[in-house]
Amino acid sequence: MTETAAILEAKNLEVKRGGTLVLDVPSVSLRKGEILSLIGPNGAGKTTLLQTLSYLLKPFQGEIFFREKKVGMNHSVLEYRRKLAMVFQEPLLFDTTVFNNVASGLRIRGMEKDEIHTRVTEQLEQFGIKHLKQRSARTLSGGEAQRTSLARAFALQPEILLLDEPFASLDPPTRDSLIEDLEQNLQQTRTTAIFATHDRLEALRLSKRIAVMNGGAILQIGSPEEVMNHPANEFVASFVGIETILSGTVTKKDGGTFVASVSGQEIEAVGDARLGEAVVLCVRPENVTLLTHFSQEGTSARNILPGKIVKIIPLGPYQKVHLDCGVPLVAYVTNHSLEELSLTEGKEVKASFKATAVTVMRKGE
Amino acid sequence: MMDLILEGIKKAFWLLITFDPEVMGITLLSLEVSGIATLISLIIGISVGVTVALSRFFGKRIVVSLINTGMGLPPVVVGLFVTIFLWRNGPLGFLGVLYTPAAMIIAQTVIATPIVMGITLAAIQQLPQKLRLQILALGATRLQMVWILIKEARLPLLAAVMAGFGGVISEVGASIMVGGNIKGYSRVLTTATVMETSRGNFDIAIALGIILLLLAYFINLILTHIQQRERPR
Repeated sequence: MTETAAILEAKNLEVKRGGTLVLDVPSVSLRKGEILSLIGPNGAGKTTLLQTLSYLLKPFQGEIFFREKKVGMNHSVLEYRRKLAMVFQEPLLFDTTVFNNVASGLRIRGMEKDEIHTRVTEQLEQFGIKHLKQRSARTLSGGEAQRTSLARAFALQPEILLLDEPFASLDPPTRDSLIEDLEQNLQQTRTTAIFATHDRLEALRLSKRIAVMNGGAILQIGSPEEVMNHPANEFVASFVGIETILSGTVTKKDGGTFVASVSGQEIEAVGDARLGEAVVLCVRPENVTLLTHFSQEGTSARNILPGKIVKIIPLGPYQKVHLDCGVPLVAYVTNHSLEELSLTEGKEVKASFKATAVTVMRKGE
Repeated sequence: MMDLILEGIKKAFWLLITFDPEVMGITLLSLEVSGIATLISLIIGISVGVTVALSRFFGKRIVVSLINTGMGLPPVVVGLFVTIFLWRNGPLGFLGVLYTPAAMIIAQTVIATPIVMGITLAAIQQLPQKLRLQILALGATRLQMVWILIKEARLPLLAAVMAGFGGVISEVGASIMVGGNIKGYSRVLTTATVMETSRGNFDIAIALGIILLLLAYFINLILTHIQQRERPR
């Protein structure tokens, strides 16, 4: 098997629940050493996909290939499962000590006592829970319990690690600390992993490939840049955090750029479009700059739309500014800029963004 | 009247402290009969309870109802049916075990098994659904999974066994009906207490009563300990 070949490949996966199709994935693959993130809202099918890939759920239809060999007959399902490890949102620990919990997977495989001891101690160390070795699982905090669950999975040295929203029920500081440790461990061991989350920032942090899911299907799969800057459709756009989504019609065309009319305003974008075509334009809030009458006019931005600030929402280090420029726009502004430009609700400003910052989607894509 | 009772209590302690052979004999037989019945009910009860809890089949609700109803079977009714079965011309009459300890073991097994089954069923069903998935995800075979789940539910299962044992060691109806309360043969704590009390032999009756109370206390101690522990995460 070559380095770039897929370690896991699934085709035509279909899962039904009570007669309805809850998962419909024609194709998905994973390369060795890759970390793939599955993002999507609750009910998108992330858990179903993970459980199907690990054969915990039997698909109604479809095939799974591990290292180019088909998984399916009873005997090889067990063999296949023993090459994987899965971590769930709940720690699901056993009523025994932390040590025994981390060792459980190894014991199931009938490993030698000494080797178990070595591996478990190593993982306890890696996840910073060595001091909890003899503690009963019942007495652990949420973070400690999830660390134990992760240690238990890593101790198996799995070929593929599947994580189903492992940090969703933890508080932010615990979550951050765990993501860091997970990241480190994944990098050190170069484990291939699939990570499901509804938090797109977690996905951005951990992986180089993101799949956006909804309604049981993968809507788009690609690098973070691809997904974030070129969302395949409106749902993906809004899920990955694009705030400004505008529908319009192409009125002018000029080589590699075109102008679309959106609610009477003209917006210039880069791309190929037919005259009269209906398009949906997206602009990320970080790409929208605000100008007041007093700032310089010399800018390379092709789109400068005068308007009024409708609402300002503080988001910690920066503020989200909702504008009405004939079309609704959203911009992110630092606290510093807010003060400098004395931006307040109701103030008249100009919003500017480059033609290259506009993502174009054909209507209905 | 008080004299009678006080005399009885004094003599009871004497019987106990000196390990009176008759009292000890009755106690040992009680433990033997109820012990064996509990053991059999453990084997049948846990295996059926676990199987029903983990399977999905048509009519599962009815089966669960039946088991739960079985938990409340009146012992005298059990005694009646076991007697009918073991009666001379009954279906199992050829075994000739009516009025022997074996018959008591049979009756007590019938009483205890649904109790163990029902509590096991509830205990396994109460384990988080995802725990089964996690165990399978760790690479366990179905058999390993069942074993791990039983270990996880070990405390409620222990409670089931205690409840089964407690139920049969203190029951009197079925034991008298199928055992016959024959001196030195099929006389157990409960049946002997009934007899000695009706004869006014309060000393022996109280001694046996104290032993029964001690057993009940011991069982309860274990059950309380189980109840007070927290659930794992």
